[in-house]
Amino acid sequence: MTTPLIEVVHLRKAFGRHRVLKGIDMSIEAGSSVVMFGPNGAGKTTFLRILSTLSKPTSGTVRVSGVDIKNNPEGIRQYLGLVSHAPLLYDDLTAYENLRFYARLYDLDAPHDRIRELLERVGLWHRRHDLVRTFSRGMVQRMAIARALLHNPPILLLDEPDTGLDPQAAEMMTDLLREIGGSERTIIMTTHHLERGLELADRVVMLVGGLIVFDAPASDIAYDQLRPLYDQYVGEGAVT
Amino acid sequence: MKRYLSVVWAVLWKDLRIELRSKDIFTSMAVFAVLAVMIFNFAFELRVPDKTVVIPGVLWVTITFSGVLGLGRAFISEKDRGSIAGLLLAPVDRSAIYFGKMLASLIFILVVEAFLLPLMVIFFNTNFISLPLILLLFLGTLGFAAVGTIFSGLAVNTRTREILLPVLLFPVMLPVLMAGIRATIGFMEGDALADMMKWFNLIIFFDILYIVVAYLTFDYVVEE
Repeated sequence: MTTPLIEVVHLRKAFGRHRVLKGIDMSIEAGSSVVMFGPNGAGKTTFLRILSTLSKPTSGTVRVSGVDIKNNPEGIRQYLGLVSHAPLLYDDLTAYENLRFYARLYDLDAPHDRIRELLERVGLWHRRHDLVRTFSRGMVQRMAIARALLHNPPILLLDEPDTGLDPQAAEMMTDLLREIGGSERTIIMTTHHLERGLELADRVVMLVGGLIVFDAPASDIAYDQLRPLYDQYVGEGAVT
Repeated sequence: MKRYLSVVWAVLWKDLRIELRSKDIFTSMAVFAVLAVMIFNFAFELRVPDKTVVIPGVLWVTITFSGVLGLGRAFISEKDRGSIAGLLLAPVDRSAIYFGKMLASLIFILVVEAFLLPLMVIFFNTNFISLPLILLLFLGTLGFAAVGTIFSGLAVNTRTREILLPVLLFPVMLPVLMAGIRATIGFMEGDALADMMKWFNLIIFFDILYIVVAYLTFDYVVEE
């Protein structure tokens, strides 16, 4: 039996009296794509923030490659990339300057080549000298993916990366995520879009009220089955 | 150490580059400083026979209030854009981020001071600028930026962040402010530099204290 890349044990998080995560247990294998569904307030973002070391759990443990993230958060961050609702980019820097800045933070050896490779991959090399403030929402999200992949992290965390995108831009993003996934990279993504999420997933998890209520391989469930199941757990009309 | 300095430089470069493009911080600080000096000038004009009595207070108070505007923006803009998460996600010693942002704030305030000093000479019709005064201002501003940046990072996660920053900052800054004003009075009255050393030493002591405390606590300050 292989050791899981990420192990989450009895993870709890509370903000004051409000308990957001009520005890999450989960093991994630290297190279898998886990898609997490759940209504607003289910704890998806909090879960990813803890995994990304941006937030500390109230109790419980998260281990990456067997290392407790609270013991070596700085070291763990090297292995993580995060794409969230906020692009984590600077509007008053150009696309190239943004990535150059992050390349310095991640101490990349050949930043120019890597930036070029990524901007070409997300189709924005020709806009590299334009300020990010001039980009559309879809372009900004593609830039956010380029930023998250800059240091080639083996773990990519995606927190509703399709929020606010029009269908065409969302489709483009799905293609991009499919392309950057593969067996080398572990992806954990949250989304409200069942069909798109299922398309990218190896494994489907539903988080409701801070607890995992459903966890199964994506191959075991079709969209037609997933939707009524989701409605059952979350409530009618809660999904796209 | 090289890696640490590279991160400090990257954060500093980023903040300066953004400010050169947007001019948000400098404009608000400079406009405030001009207005403050004008108001002080008119307020004291009829009542104070010797303007040199009020210049030290006006100078330091104007720097303090306009500086708060700039320091407030240091983390608020990162928080509002959500980009602070990008900084905190980086596999770096977070104190390097603090020093990058602190140096950027220091430069912004020094630029405003460079603009403010000649303006005050014109308004108050007294040339009080000297090399020791410039050194004194630099040291005072260093302490101000050091403690202001850490409080800006602390205040940014609260709902009353605009109010909280000056409420936290001013009492802590009081020793530097008092020493700065007393030393400036001494310079304007022609006291010897040796007599001023106690004020310089006091400011240097607080500068070191602020920087060390900020270095040790920044990681906790920006934790959620």
